[in-house]
Amino acid sequence: MNEQGYWSIFLDAALINNFVLAYFLGICPFFGVSAKLETATRMGGAATFVMLVASTCAYVINMILEAINAPYLQIISYILVIASTVQLVEMLLRKLSPATFRALGIFLPLITTNCAIFGLALFQTNKGYGFTQAITYALGAGAGFALALVLMAGVREKLDLADVPQLVKGTAAALIVAGVLSMGFMGFAGLGR
Amino acid sequence: MALKKTSPTDEFIKGLWRDNPVFIQVLGMCPALAVSNTAINALAMGAATTFVLVMAGLSVSLMRNFIPREARIVSYICIIATFVTCVDYAIMAISIELHRALGAFIALIVVNCLILGRSEAFASKNNPGRAILDGLGMGVGFTFALFFIGVVREILGSGTLFGVELFPEGFQTWTIFVLPSGGFFAMAGWLLVVNWIRQRQDDAAKQAEETAREAAS
Amino acid sequence: MNTPAPVERKRTSAWEMYRAIVGIGAFCALLIVSVFNATAARIADNKARFLSKAVAQVLPASNSTVEVSVDGSGALVAATESADLPVFLGYDEGGELVGAVITAQGMGYADNIRVLYAYSFEKQAITGFKVLESKETPGLGDKVEIEPHFLANFDALDARLDEDGSALANAIVTVKEGEKTDAWQLDGITGATITSVAIGEILNAGSSAWVPVLERHARAFEAPLPMEE
Repeated sequence: MNEQGYWSIFLDAALINNFVLAYFLGICPFFGVSAKLETATRMGGAATFVMLVASTCAYVINMILEAINAPYLQIISYILVIASTVQLVEMLLRKLSPATFRALGIFLPLITTNCAIFGLALFQTNKGYGFTQAITYALGAGAGFALALVLMAGVREKLDLADVPQLVKGTAAALIVAGVLSMGFMGFAGLGR
Repeated sequence: MALKKTSPTDEFIKGLWRDNPVFIQVLGMCPALAVSNTAINALAMGAATTFVLVMAGLSVSLMRNFIPREARIVSYICIIATFVTCVDYAIMAISIELHRALGAFIALIVVNCLILGRSEAFASKNNPGRAILDGLGMGVGFTFALFFIGVVREILGSGTLFGVELFPEGFQTWTIFVLPSGGFFAMAGWLLVVNWIRQRQDDAAKQAEETAREAAS
Repeated sequence: MNTPAPVERKRTSAWEMYRAIVGIGAFCALLIVSVFNATAARIADNKARFLSKAVAQVLPASNSTVEVSVDGSGALVAATESADLPVFLGYDEGGELVGAVITAQGMGYADNIRVLYAYSFEKQAITGFKVLESKETPGLGDKVEIEPHFLANFDALDARLDEDGSALANAIVTVKEGEKTDAWQLDGITGATITSVAIGEILNAGSSAWVPVLERHARAFEAPLPMEE
């Protein structure tokens, strides 16, 4: 049972070990969606939402796997259950809250097989978090992901208007910006100790 | 349906450069950046991914008439997850240190869009032989990309290659390169090189076309 | 003429779905379970070898070890299953107690740090130290693993107990490099402050938890035979 405090977990996931900028998880949507500020914020919201769902699923599955002593089923059960639960939640959302569904839109299916979600489930299990710790971790990870996306989008929108050499435009420029952002986030190390 | 003219060797070669997963298709970047801080890690990760690519491609191809259309993504995920689990245990059995170094990223191979993409786009529509070649080509191309990034990061960031010290005592390592930022920068660097080469190839092709047109007119 | 008629892509029948799901499920399950079983022995072996190498490094005098845990009444018993943070008692060839080996972990600069260290009953101090897992900054934080003057701390890092025997007499604390005055202080590394401080905290927490128990019960503990090498 992990003894880490809630605030420490949240800061760790959001800033110190930001999922995108420190662990390289969720890079595909990060580069794909971060061109516009509006899509970035919606993606961040959708990701946080899916992370919460995935975190709960992972916790429950892990309890079951430990009970039946089948650790080798971890990968396959995590990915299948998370993918189908998000699908289910998407259907429920469509029925119960069409407004939220339209706001999150296409991003829900895009995120489901994303490394960030699966990585969250794996890390949370490896760290041995309890349920409330896991939820805090998911919230922190989602917040960090959203923050990185928004920062990236802001910079990229400005970059679009600047005079960037043809060769560097697009992914290469985004990678360099990401590298600088990552360096910036390194300054958060040691926070919350 | 028109008969495909691509030769078997072409299936393999295309993954190395023309359709390179990391630099051209820009897929599977997460592990490319995360596990490439040393050359050995990059190679090990590349090898593991290639194994899953080939085995999953082979399985999907063998079962392609058996998997119903509606359930295909779920089936692919199931098959890929199985081989990833196998690779995970295999690496643990080979070396605990290597497993610790690669960490959770072995398990993360399962969400590598590259493998799902190849299963859907190629393996499900071709015979096992070609599927294996495609998987192998993509895997080797992926490994090359990871390896190049890894080499740069290790030499600049730790002053070693495969753990062997390259520089005399006084060399100040460029530590940023073994940190996450370095991953981004190294990849950006290689992407620029690749883009530049392709630019030149395109220009040369355009030149050749123009000269051909002038000669014809 | 045997050209089969082109297959019409209709909705798959329930039977085909069922057949596919069961078939794929069975294939996957079979493969996973067989690989798991085939590698289980080798993996357990690897893990044991890794640990015994580390233990031998921190407590060279020990010839064999026994993993111990604390039972309900606070006494030491031989551990029935390996704990996440195992603690061992080390014995020399003659069966004499030479020391204890403690595993501890805590948050460092970048991520969790896991360490293994040896406690000597004779010196009442920590006499060996090894980092098992760390993701600290290469060239900076990871100096705690190799920097000679930091490792010199562990020639005898004082961990004696107070009169009560229930806690450390002096908490293990990290001080700035070169400012060490007392035996229970950890001389830090300039440029790796957070990691050095973290190590101090980890050692303090681990020792506060285990040294009182070990001092009270280890000498009387009956090592079961045969012991692991």
